[in-house]
Amino acid sequence: MSDMNVAMVERYRNNFLKEVEHNVEEGDWVKMCMQCGVCSGSCPLGPYWDHPPQELFMMIRAGKREEVLTSTSMWMCTSCYNCIVRCPRELPITHIMHGLAHYAKRLGLAPKEQPTFKFSQHFWNNLVKKGRVNELKLGLSLYFMNGLVEGIKTSLNMAGIGLGMLKTKRMSPMEMIGGHSVKDTKGFHAMLKKAEEIEAARVEKYGKGS
Amino acid sequence: MTDIVATNQTILVVGGGISGITAALEAAETGKDVVLVEKRPFIGGRITQLYKYFPKLCFPTCGLEINQRRMKANANLSIVTMAEVTDIAGSTGDYTAIIKISPRYVNENCTGCGACADAVEAEFDNEFNYDMDKRKGAYLPYNMAHPQRYVLDPRVIGTADADKAKEACKYGAIDLDMQEETIELKAGAVVWATGWRPYDAGKIQPYGYDRIDNVITSVELERMMDPFGPTGGKLVRPSDGKEAKNVAFIQCAGSRDRNHLRHCSRICCMASLKQSTYIREKYSDDGQVTIYYIDIRAIDRFEDFYKKVQDDPKVKFVKSKVAKIEEDKASGNPVCHGVDTEGYNRYAEAHDLVVLAVGMEPSVDKDNFPVDIVINQDGFIEPDDANGGIFAAGSASDALDVNRAVQHATASALRAIQIVNRVAGTEG
Repeated sequence: MSDMNVAMVERYRNNFLKEVEHNVEEGDWVKMCMQCGVCSGSCPLGPYWDHPPQELFMMIRAGKREEVLTSTSMWMCTSCYNCIVRCPRELPITHIMHGLAHYAKRLGLAPKEQPTFKFSQHFWNNLVKKGRVNELKLGLSLYFMNGLVEGIKTSLNMAGIGLGMLKTKRMSPMEMIGGHSVKDTKGFHAMLKKAEEIEAARVEKYGKGS
Repeated sequence: MTDIVATNQTILVVGGGISGITAALEAAETGKDVVLVEKRPFIGGRITQLYKYFPKLCFPTCGLEINQRRMKANANLSIVTMAEVTDIAGSTGDYTAIIKISPRYVNENCTGCGACADAVEAEFDNEFNYDMDKRKGAYLPYNMAHPQRYVLDPRVIGTADADKAKEACKYGAIDLDMQEETIELKAGAVVWATGWRPYDAGKIQPYGYDRIDNVITSVELERMMDPFGPTGGKLVRPSDGKEAKNVAFIQCAGSRDRNHLRHCSRICCMASLKQSTYIREKYSDDGQVTIYYIDIRAIDRFEDFYKKVQDDPKVKFVKSKVAKIEEDKASGNPVCHGVDTEGYNRYAEAHDLVVLAVGMEPSVDKDNFPVDIVINQDGFIEPDDANGGIFAAGSASDALDVNRAVQHATASALRAIQIVNRVAGTEG
């Protein structure tokens, strides 16, 4: 293509598509979607999405930044990979959904009340403390995710399973105090800090709501 | 059969479909010696299995009859049926082809009376009708078959049926001692016109062709429309024989899909638009057609045909590739599930019959191509100087409709003629 053509293509390529291509995992595939709709029709949770994948791709190309990044849709993905298997153009749709969710979270635009979002946050908070998942604490924090009353109810319901796990040594009550961790917790935290700095610099480039 | 005289000035045409016939006739009618080799027991290829052509909605039998007359009238053209080219050695202007000829067990005495078919009892799946019905172990491939000569299925040889056929024949046409033979033919140039085959619809798992009775392919629908076809021209459901009035077409079934065929098969849009007129022809206003598509590729003058079908209130276009088909067990109706692209509406539509507009793939397996030739990743032959005096014609080169295949075949014939002219010039 001539330089003039390249310039014209760039002019008509909207900023949000570019932003997605740069910042979202596998985001440069979005332009390859041919809008056939097989992904949306194949999704087992499809009826519960506000915008199926095919529509999300079109919204990205139409520059609907707010609507895409604040959407609950990509948080509905359960990674069943049906869409990837069937996509006639082999778009890594599952990965793009996770990439979009991740990017929305980095920008602070993700929907706070979406259950998958909440679970992910609990999981992350639990993991970064010791570098290992503390299943006892994670389980309990999930029971109480939606309030005290529901938490107690769920705990009582699950008591049998919990005791069974204790008995067969699948879970230790000692995890409640401290819990197991990686060998070098300090080094682990330093690594995380460095990663966060790199991430922040990338987010800085595009700003929060521009 | 082995009395063919071929020299370095002969043009060998491989494949007797519409492209092969065209190339062979065009060359033979300029006075060149042509040998046409066909794998099936008759000449005509896939067009013989079509009900109508698009866009004129005329019958392929009409043009085929003209071509058959041209073939019969031309002394320069020799036809070898039930023959396959297994190898071609040599170089431009000097090729030697190895051809394997399968036994037909019926010689040229055959009058086409059909007494052998009456006598034989064994029945086999009828490949001409895509196995939708049965034919006898002694059979005429189809009514207009050229040559008009019966065939004995090799599976009846050595059984009592073979003897019955021999006894029934009053003309001494049955020869049970025929053997497979391999011959060598010289040729100056080769036109390779091995054509296409429908993509195996069973491989498209979500569409359930292999498990849902009322999901058929576009090529099967063509056979059903034929008055001499498996349903006697009735458009009915395979599961219960009920009239199929509410018919859906699914475009790009196998085409434009990196899991199946990467290329656009080019003919399927027009084929489905054409077939939508079949449903209206059979059931008039009781007919209802739904076409599920990604985009309709009706190129150049076909746009008019597309517009005409679009104006039909009984034909609905849904911009969506169907995600999956499920069978409603009680009614046997296939139900199409998907999300459309105009509004992103989720649908679950039941139809009497679903027709998969299957793609075209080259009929020769790309991993076992018998000849040293440049083919692309999809198995189609590339125009390449390395191919020397071997030229592709028709859908061996790309997914083409009949019109474009014929144009392409004529061009290939011209190239082959130039080669043999050069040979003639040097040999004197």
